Amino acid sequence: MSDKKILFGLFDDETVLLSAVKKVRAEGFKIHDCLTPFPVHGLDDAMGLRMTRLHSAGFIFGATGTLTALTFILWVTTNNYPINYGGKPYLSLPAWIPITFELTVLFASVGMFLTYLFLNRLAPGIKPVILDERITSHLFAMTFDIDAATSEEKKEQIRAVLRDCGAVEIHEKDI
Amino acid sequence: MFVSPLREPLIQGHKTYQQISDDICAPVEAKPSKAWMLATTFAGLVALNGFVMIGLTITYGIGMWGLNKTVGWAWDITNFVWWIGIGHAGTLISAILLLFRQKWRTGVNRSAEAMTIFAVICAGMFPIIHMGRVWLAFFIFPYPNTRGPVWSNFNSPLLWDVFAISTYFTVSLLFWYTGLIPDLATIRDRAKTAFRKKMYNIACFGWTGTAKNWQRFESLSLVLAGLSTPLVLSVHTIVSFDFATSVIPGWHTTIFPPYFVAGAIFSGFAMVLSLMLVVRKVFNLQEYITLSHIESMNKIIILTGSIVGVAYITELWTAWYSQNQYEQYAFLNRSTGPYWWSYWGMMTCNVISPQLFWIKKLRRSIVFTFFMSIFINVGMWFERFVIIVTSTHRDYIPSSWTMYYPTYVEMFIYIGTIGFFMFLFLLFAKLAPVIAVAEVKAILKTAGDQYTGEHAVHPETYHKEKLAVEGDLGGH
Repeated sequence: MSDKKILFGLFDDETVLLSAVKKVRAEGFKIHDCLTPFPVHGLDDAMGLRMTRLHSAGFIFGATGTLTALTFILWVTTNNYPINYGGKPYLSLPAWIPITFELTVLFASVGMFLTYLFLNRLAPGIKPVILDERITSHLFAMTFDIDAATSEEKKEQIRAVLRDCGAVEIHEKDI
Repeated sequence: MFVSPLREPLIQGHKTYQQISDDICAPVEAKPSKAWMLATTFAGLVALNGFVMIGLTITYGIGMWGLNKTVGWAWDITNFVWWIGIGHAGTLISAILLLFRQKWRTGVNRSAEAMTIFAVICAGMFPIIHMGRVWLAFFIFPYPNTRGPVWSNFNSPLLWDVFAISTYFTVSLLFWYTGLIPDLATIRDRAKTAFRKKMYNIACFGWTGTAKNWQRFESLSLVLAGLSTPLVLSVHTIVSFDFATSVIPGWHTTIFPPYFVAGAIFSGFAMVLSLMLVVRKVFNLQEYITLSHIESMNKIIILTGSIVGVAYITELWTAWYSQNQYEQYAFLNRSTGPYWWSYWGMMTCNVISPQLFWIKKLRRSIVFTFFMSIFINVGMWFERFVIIVTSTHRDYIPSSWTMYYPTYVEMFIYIGTIGFFMFLFLLFAKLAPVIAVAEVKAILKTAGDQYTGEHAVHPETYHKEKLAVEGDLGGH
């Protein structure tokens, strides 16, 4: 284990956390992260997080699906093994729309889900650092990156501002 | 955020976040009860019997069923369409109602999505076993082969169905699991034993709930909802194409896609109600699945049931107006022929009974809703039987007219899938929270009864606080 540590304050309400985030940032402290039991609206803005680009990835996956379906069916029906089905044209685009649509949705969903797991570092067998077991249930955490070199004075400042903002508990944890 | 005072609270009992975790996780953490063990064993045995019958079918062939030259599709496809239809409510609740920002979906979406997945599993078995030579089932997928290669027919609705249903299953599974990950993490962190912690950590993929995780979670949920909405409509549309693109009187109608989709949602909500009314009682979750939730679902039943009713009558009218004697006979035969009882069973269960929900007292009655949900499921099964069997058993040449009777093998396969469905649902209810814990917490401040409704205790202070914070952030 490295000498990295996490200093964190626990809050019991998301409105308190939201105003705390704002205040802590205004005072010039760098928040490492916030952990919450459910998605808190406005938290990413308050923390100054960039909008996720996951949905753009979804669009690219979807477009790949559309193109895959269209080019593949086109190649099969007009080039590789054309079959005359009841005198209909080999290139019968309207009949391909259902499969093209399904593959678009399939590629977009599977691609996005895997990207989501990758970006969030989620996978079976990953052992996360659990700061406090109540965070996934009812407490909201604001965390700060510190290490052995961080001065006691600096830590005290962080603790003070956390207490000031309404943190119900403040802890330190090695990671 | 303004909440209309007319909206009923969706979470009762002045819950705190901790209480929500406690209440919803309690059934997962308790020791399996005797009743659960009994029910699971029973459902498992029924399923096992069904699998034995499937084994008989595969061993001796489709001759074990009552099909004949005239009626080539019967219980198998009836059951297939019935199960697929039931699955649709889960996606409607989780996707379409998410896009419409219907908060009541949070109480029922998790179980409804699980129901979707299990129903699609049951549905998918039928076309496969109907193939007879199930070991050749991979023929349905386009793959390079040494026969030309002759690819599958991309212009055929049956192939579209393969793509639609496999996509539907995959996307529903991903959607369901995305929502389940944070809730499984809640269970992991509440776990008392190391083994339990370990297993749930594997299941929740090591979720911790950082701000960035949640931001991506919201983005993924929204896009998956956006994708699932047209997907769910496409799936039953394509199922209806299996019939509508044929030239069989009674099947060859353009009304089929919307009529099938409405019927699917109708039967799906009935199944959600049948299950949830039991679950909320057994797991003591009446404060999370309230009368208001039940009423909302019953309203959707009125809507979709009425669409189905109009479709039935439109079909009759079209048969008369078209002056097509085959079409006319198909409908005359449905209502007065040897299978009249299935037609009138369908009419009673699907057209008349949902209209009773116009009466507020009835749609807020739990007992009435429960019986009605069973009626609707029976009626929707009859509907598929009517469409499939009565349209084919008397075809163009009277010399080949025949009757179809199911054999015990078919009956037990059908009963077996119901057992299998219940078995999977019971396992799910024991291993994972039946209500989306995180999502319910997220609506507490706007739909909890301490914040809204007649028993609200501190709506004023809360809203002021919230407005102050949002004002500081530049308004949202």
